[in-house]
Amino acid sequence: MTTTATERELPVLLVEPPVSSFRRWLAPAAFLLFGLVDILVLGGYSHHGDAMFAFSAAGTKAGTLTLPARVTCYVCGGLTLALALVRAFVPMSVTLRRVAMGLVTFLFLVALLCWTDAGQAIPFYFTDLLQTTMITSIPIMLGALTGVVCSRSGIVNIGIEGQLLLGAFLAAIVTSGTGNLWLGLACGAIGGCLVGALLAVFSIAYGVDQVVLGVVLNTLILGLTDYMFDAVLSPHSTTLNSPNTFSAFKIPLLGDIPIIGPVFFNSNIFLYLTYIALFVVQVGLFATRWGLRTRAIGEHPTAADTVGIKVLAMRYRNVIVVGLLAGIGGAYLTIGSVGAFGEDMSSGFGYIALAAMIFGRYSPIGAISASLLFGFCFSLAQIMGSLNTPIQSNLLNMVPYVVTIVVLAGVVGKVRGPRAEGVPYVKA
Amino acid sequence: MSEQVPHRPFWKKALFAVMEGNVVTVTVLAIFTAMVIGGLLTAFTNTAVLNAWGVFFSSPWHAINLAWDTAIGVYIELFEGSIFSPHTIAQLFQQASMSTALHDGYLSSVFTPISNTCLQATPLLLTGLAVALPYQAGLFNIGGESQWIGGAIVATYLGYGVSMPPGIHVIVCVLGGCVGGAVVGGAVGLLKATTGAHEVIVTIMLNYIMADFLAYLLSFHYLMQAPGVNPISPNIDSDSYLPHLFGPSLYVNVGFLISLAAAVFVWWLLTRTTTGFEFRAIGKNPSAARVAGVNVERNWVLVMVVAGGLAGLAAAAVIQGTDFQLTGTAYGTYGIDAITVALLGRGKPGGVVWAALLFGALYAGAPGMESITGTPGSIVDVLQALIVMFVAAPPLIRAVYRLRTTRAAGVSQVLSKGWNA
Repeated sequence: MTTTATERELPVLLVEPPVSSFRRWLAPAAFLLFGLVDILVLGGYSHHGDAMFAFSAAGTKAGTLTLPARVTCYVCGGLTLALALVRAFVPMSVTLRRVAMGLVTFLFLVALLCWTDAGQAIPFYFTDLLQTTMITSIPIMLGALTGVVCSRSGIVNIGIEGQLLLGAFLAAIVTSGTGNLWLGLACGAIGGCLVGALLAVFSIAYGVDQVVLGVVLNTLILGLTDYMFDAVLSPHSTTLNSPNTFSAFKIPLLGDIPIIGPVFFNSNIFLYLTYIALFVVQVGLFATRWGLRTRAIGEHPTAADTVGIKVLAMRYRNVIVVGLLAGIGGAYLTIGSVGAFGEDMSSGFGYIALAAMIFGRYSPIGAISASLLFGFCFSLAQIMGSLNTPIQSNLLNMVPYVVTIVVLAGVVGKVRGPRAEGVPYVKA
Repeated sequence: MSEQVPHRPFWKKALFAVMEGNVVTVTVLAIFTAMVIGGLLTAFTNTAVLNAWGVFFSSPWHAINLAWDTAIGVYIELFEGSIFSPHTIAQLFQQASMSTALHDGYLSSVFTPISNTCLQATPLLLTGLAVALPYQAGLFNIGGESQWIGGAIVATYLGYGVSMPPGIHVIVCVLGGCVGGAVVGGAVGLLKATTGAHEVIVTIMLNYIMADFLAYLLSFHYLMQAPGVNPISPNIDSDSYLPHLFGPSLYVNVGFLISLAAAVFVWWLLTRTTTGFEFRAIGKNPSAARVAGVNVERNWVLVMVVAGGLAGLAAAAVIQGTDFQLTGTAYGTYGIDAITVALLGRGKPGGVVWAALLFGALYAGAPGMESITGTPGSIVDVLQALIVMFVAAPPLIRAVYRLRTTRAAGVSQVLSKGWNA
């Protein structure tokens, strides 16, 4: 986008920022598309019958909402089309625009779920969906938080995948060997730190390109855990690869709230650790001296150095310590859910965490929201797969990746990372 | 500074050249270091060795010998499975005459290991070039996998979906694979050129998108699924098979020649054409290149199109050379392996050829090694990653082996330009 002379001379006169005609029509066109999909595809092709939504845990009959599937799809589509018209011709503030976007997404989801469950005998367990979303997102959320702190310190961390994998591996093997879950959790966390330490040493001390290094570290950890799995874990699977897992515990009072309780406050330790991690990173980055310094060395290390911040020491410390979070995220994969370690069991969560970090604009809350969105897509795909819907779960699985590319391409807004991210700092 | 260069004998010059820590020395030492670590890993995860260490104080030599034998045994078997095996030569010379040796397949069994190495090296070389070429233009292509899938889809479809005369069918499929990969690669270049989306994230995301897309195609009969329930494509026509180079008993096929030709093409493109000069210019310094009148965006698209085409060729070589059908996991680890090949080859076509042959040899030797020694074949992946990690950090190797630091010779210097650049 080139700035013309008028814009530069008369910035006060331009109340609205200049918007190209392409961008001007992008949102209404997208709304229109969603509305048409709601009506023509989801409404038109849905089975006859009602869609049932259960808002309590599976088994209980209370709180079931029954909607006529086809009509609901039409209504959702109609509302979306109306929103598209409003969006096209009525000037809106930023907040209103976001609300409109949220509404369109919500209506689309309602239509999609109606279409999924139309004519099915069993209701759609809405609480289950949200619960699965939270659980699926744990490794993504913790990985994304690790990525945020590393990026804010000026180090690109592509190695989140490796951190998750090593965390999962060590947690499984230590828990199984010693029988102590907490020791396993600690060792998993240290696994994340180890990979972080390799990343820090090679990128800071030896100046290896951080993107290259991250990919190589992931390959190394993948190869190493695969090898150890084949050589050690498989032959001794009863002693070394059959850990017990953390069981869920309900937080008193909070856990009894309908819908919210089971989703947020009735899970195992990992979800609660994620809350704490989010709080610590968010407050730490934006309200403490450490956070200010971390953001400084990520944006302008030379300036930070000038005022006496030890840039390299701080980068070392941040990258290594924050590896804890990804390590815990990895530990969740084994001792938090399935127990036994399997080859390549992080299965790309680290890369998704990276995408969530960028989508969340390098802020902890943003990264967590993006992780939850991605987790929601995966759990929806999983549940729809089990409901025998005609839609292909592979297509739904693609959504997070497509969304990330769309965000990166600047269609929804430009993401700008920390200025010095990935640039090795050499003291002048 | 007209200092008189002291006359040195040849051996001394050679010694100094080695001690300077140039590219070749660092690479060789990196491989050596990785092999030492890999050896330790194999020795100390072997049950027999661990038991021997348990009684170390009663028979110390036994433990050390056993550890050494285990470690060195892995490398010997890898060598025999990938380069040549003395047993096959011994058998060859026990034959009565050359004609019986030829007829009974003893001669071809001598060349089987090296043929397998070339076969394994073919896709590694092509995908390695697909990383190395954009690397010279300052782009890091992690999307070898997505481009591979793009090529594989087109090549497979042309292989079973259309019927053509025998000779033409092969060529059309190979070219189709090339185009399929180029489209996916070009999309990355186009996104980067028009919107500035960082190619690393875009390629990672495209890897998953294409993998899901492939799974989608392979789950419907009216798309690409063969009759039955498995997510697998129909077999391609035998007309579209790549012909073997040395008869039916050796598996190496024309794909290997294609990959070598591709390496020569990339070398020619980079060093002998204006386009290649522009690629290297934007790789060194895009701003300076832009000032000098190079169209940076156009070159980004172009280099990604060519890279995608190379990865697509790799897919065609695999589908038409060995697999003959497409499965949901056929892309394997080509995308990541390509990065390691390109890094070991330092982004130069010649280097990529050697790197692909080395890793091809590791892959060719792994199954035999696993069945003979019992050490899991995944040790090869560990070796591969270790080699590349040490190659990427020349200062570490120089520090470990006390080499002199003179001319900087590292990958790091090429690419350390930051994330937002």
